[in-house]
Amino acid sequence: MNALPMLQLQNVSRHFGGLKVLEDVNIEVPEGGVFGLIGPNGAGKTTVFNLTTGLLPTSGGTIRFQGRDIAGMKPHQITQAGIARTFQNIRIFKEMSLIENVIVGMHAKLRYGAVGLLAATARFRSEERRARERAHELLSWVRLDHKAHDVADNLSYGEQRKLELARALATEPKLLLLDEPVAGMNSGEKTELMHEIRNISARGYTIFMIEHDMRFVMGLCEHIAVLNFGRIIAQGGPDEIRNDPQVIEAYLGREDESEVAQ
Amino acid sequence: MMEALSTFWVIHSNLILSLGTNALLALSIWLTLSCGMLAMANAAFMGIGAYTSAILTMQFGWPFPAVILAGMLAPMLAALIIGLPTLRLSGVYLAMATLAFGEVVRIVIINTELLTGGIGGIAGIPTSTEWWHMLLAVVCALFVLWRMRRSKVGRAFEAIREDETAAGLMGINVGANKMLAFILGAALAGLAGTLNAHLTFMIDPKEFGFDRGVEILTMAIFGGIGSLVGPVLGSAIFTLLPTVLSPLADFRLMVNGVVLVLIVLFLPNGIWDPARFKQWFGRKQGART
Amino acid sequence: MLDQQLVNALSLGCVYALFALGFTLIFGVLGVINLAHGAVFMTGAYAAMTVMARFELPLWAGLLFAFAFCGLLGLLIDFLVLRPLRARNAPHLIPMIATIGVAIVLNSAAQGLFGAENQRFPEGAISNDTLQWAGVRITVLELGIILFSFVLMAVLMLALKRTQLGRALRAMAESPKAAYLLGINVEGLFYLTSFAAAALGGVAGVLIGLYSNAMSPLMGQPMLHKGIAVVILGGMGDIRGAMFGGLFLGFAEVLSINYLGSTMRDAVTFGLLFLVLLVRPKGLFGTLQERKV
Repeated sequence: MNALPMLQLQNVSRHFGGLKVLEDVNIEVPEGGVFGLIGPNGAGKTTVFNLTTGLLPTSGGTIRFQGRDIAGMKPHQITQAGIARTFQNIRIFKEMSLIENVIVGMHAKLRYGAVGLLAATARFRSEERRARERAHELLSWVRLDHKAHDVADNLSYGEQRKLELARALATEPKLLLLDEPVAGMNSGEKTELMHEIRNISARGYTIFMIEHDMRFVMGLCEHIAVLNFGRIIAQGGPDEIRNDPQVIEAYLGREDESEVAQ
Repeated sequence: MMEALSTFWVIHSNLILSLGTNALLALSIWLTLSCGMLAMANAAFMGIGAYTSAILTMQFGWPFPAVILAGMLAPMLAALIIGLPTLRLSGVYLAMATLAFGEVVRIVIINTELLTGGIGGIAGIPTSTEWWHMLLAVVCALFVLWRMRRSKVGRAFEAIREDETAAGLMGINVGANKMLAFILGAALAGLAGTLNAHLTFMIDPKEFGFDRGVEILTMAIFGGIGSLVGPVLGSAIFTLLPTVLSPLADFRLMVNGVVLVLIVLFLPNGIWDPARFKQWFGRKQGART
Repeated sequence: MLDQQLVNALSLGCVYALFALGFTLIFGVLGVINLAHGAVFMTGAYAAMTVMARFELPLWAGLLFAFAFCGLLGLLIDFLVLRPLRARNAPHLIPMIATIGVAIVLNSAAQGLFGAENQRFPEGAISNDTLQWAGVRITVLELGIILFSFVLMAVLMLALKRTQLGRALRAMAESPKAAYLLGINVEGLFYLTSFAAAALGGVAGVLIGLYSNAMSPLMGQPMLHKGIAVVILGGMGDIRGAMFGGLFLGFAEVLSINYLGSTMRDAVTFGLLFLVLLVRPKGLFGTLQERKV
C-alpha cells in the first residue's frame, strides 16, 4: 500500500475516567471503496467516529486524514476538510424541509458575504440557485427528490436515513462515515440502501461504515476491521474475517454468531 | 380631521413609540432564540445602550446619529466580551449566566454615580427621537433579519437550534454563529435603549433589571419565534394590553400572567405559528417569512 | 465584633439556604427553573400573616398554615401548569416561562388583595428576646432560623440518601424515563416534590417575613435573584449545595458590607456569581450532572 491512506488511526486511545473505551487502535482506511468496522455492542465503534469527527478529543495517538493530523480541529473544520458522517440515531433537522436539510450541508461552500446577503446581489442569487439545484440532485441520488419540500419529520425511518446520507454528501466530503446505516430497517429497505451506497461509492467517495448486520457488511466492504473491548482484533477482507478464530471467539455465544458464520 | 389626528398623536404618541422600542427588543431576543440560546442579557444590553447614548449626548454633546451608532456599538462590545466565556454554556446555565450579567450591569450603573447618576438615573435627556426614527429602525431591523433568514446564516442558526452537534458536522462554525446572533441581538437591544432614552426624557437603572429581561422574553415567546412576525406581534399585544386592561386596575397584571400561562399551555409556538396556520387553512407550500 | 458578624452572616446565610432548598429541589427532580418560587414564598408570608391576624393564632399555627397552603398551591401549579408541559415533553425553556406567568399572577393577586405597601406580622408574633453568650447577641428568631434550616437540610439529605423514596427521587433526577421503567411512580413523585418544595418555600417566607419585619407583594423577587445565585454557587439541584451556597452568600455579603460598605453588597454577590459561572458553571460544590433534556 504505497498510496496515502484516506484515514489513518495510529495507536489511538480514548478513556472515560478509568474506563478504557479504546486502546491502541490502528486502522487504515484506504482511498476508494467501502471499509467496514464491526464488533459487538459497546466495543467502542461509535467512539472511533466521534474521535474522527472531532466531537471528542483523543486520549492518545494520532488521527490523520489524507496525511494531515486532525488533532485539535473543531468538528466544522474537519467537515470542511472533507469528512462527513451520519448518526446511528438519525440526527436530521426535523423541522426543516428536506431540501433545506441538504442545503445546510453546503453552508461552508456558499460563497457570499454580508453585502451580498443584504442586497441580494447577483452573486448571492446564483450561489443560492446553485445550492438549490445541487440539493435536488443529491436528493435524487437517494430518490427523495419528489419530497423535497416536505418537512423532514414526516419521513419514514428509512427515508430519514437516506436524507441524512444526502445531507452528509452535501458537505462535499472525500470520506463518508456511516454509523449503522441500516439499523432498524426492514430487508427491502436494506437492499435498497445497499444499492445506494454502492452507487455513492462508485461516484468516487470513500466510505467507512460501522455496521451490525453481517450480511450487509460482508456484501459491501472490501476491507473490514473488528473491534472488541476497545481493541482491534482482526483486519482483512471479508473471507479472512469470516474465518478468523479470534473474531469467531469474540462473537461466540452471541446471537450474532450465526450471522458471522454465513 | 387633521386636528383629531394630532390630538390622538399627542395623547398616544408615547404608547405608539414604545411599540417600536418593544418590537426592537423582542427581535433582539428572537435572534438568540432562533439560534437555540436562551440568553437573558437583552435588558442589560438595552441599559448599556441607553446609558452610553445618554451620557454621550449630555456630557459630550455628540450629534444624534453618532450617539445612535455608539449606543449600538457599546453593547456589541460587551456582548463580545461576555459571550466568549458564556456562550459555551448550555441551556439553563446560559440563562443564569446572562441573568447574572444583567444584575452586574445594574449594580455597576448604581455604583458609578458620577457618570450614571446612580439609583436616581439620568434626567433631562433631549428628546431627539422622532416617530420616523423609530419606524425606520424597526423596518431596517426587520429587513436585515429577513434577508438573514433567507440565507446561509439563517439556515445555520436554525440548524444550531435544532441540533448543535449535527450543525457542527455540516461545516457550520457553531461558536462563531452563536456569537454573531448574540452580538447582533445586543446591537438591536442597544438601539432600542438609545432611541427609548431619547424619547422618554429620563432613564434609571430599574428599567433594565430582571423584570425587563423577563418581559422581553415573554413578548417574543408570546408572539412566537417561528417567524419574524411573531416577536413584532407579541410585543405589540404586550404593549397595548395594559392600556386595554386598565379598567381592571390592580388585577390587570394578573391577566398578563394568566394569558402567558395559557399561551404556553395551549399555543406552544406562540400566537403567530405558520405551521398551525397551514394546518388550519390547508397545506400551502414552502413560503417562509 | 467579628463574632457578632459571623452570627449575622450565619443567620442571613440560613435565610438564603432556606429559600434555595425548595428552588433547588424542583430543579433537581423536575428539571424546571421555577421562577414562581419567589411568589410562592411571598404567598406563604401573607397566608401566615392573614390567619394569625384574623384568628389571633400563635406563630406555630401560622407556620403550619403557610406550609399546608403553599404546599397545596405548589400541587395546584404542578397539576395545572407543569404536568401538561411534561406530558408534551416541552423543552426546558417552556416550563420556566410558564412559571414566570404564575409568578405574575400570584404577585399581582397579592397586590390586589393586600395593597402594594409593606405589611408586618402582628405584634408579639415572636418574642424579641435576645440570647447573649460571650458577648455575641442572637435573637430567638435568628436561632430558630439557623436551627430550622440545618434540621431541614439534614432531614432532606437523610431522606434522599437512606429511604426508598429518596432513592426513587435520585433515580428520577438522573433520568425520569429510566425511573419510570423501573416501576417508580414518577408522576406521584413529581407531585410530592412540587408540594414539598412549595411548602418549604412558604415556611421560608414566614420566617424571612419575620426576620426582615416587612412583607410586600414583591418581596419574593429579590429573594428569587438571591436564590438563583445560591443554587448556582452550590450547584443546581444539589441539596447540600443549596445549604453551602446560601451560607457562602451570607458570609460574602456580611463581610463585604463590613469591609466594603453596604452599596457593594449586591455587587459582590453577583460579581461572585458571574465569576463562578465563567470558571465553574456547574457550581462550586456541584456534583450533579446536567440533565440531558
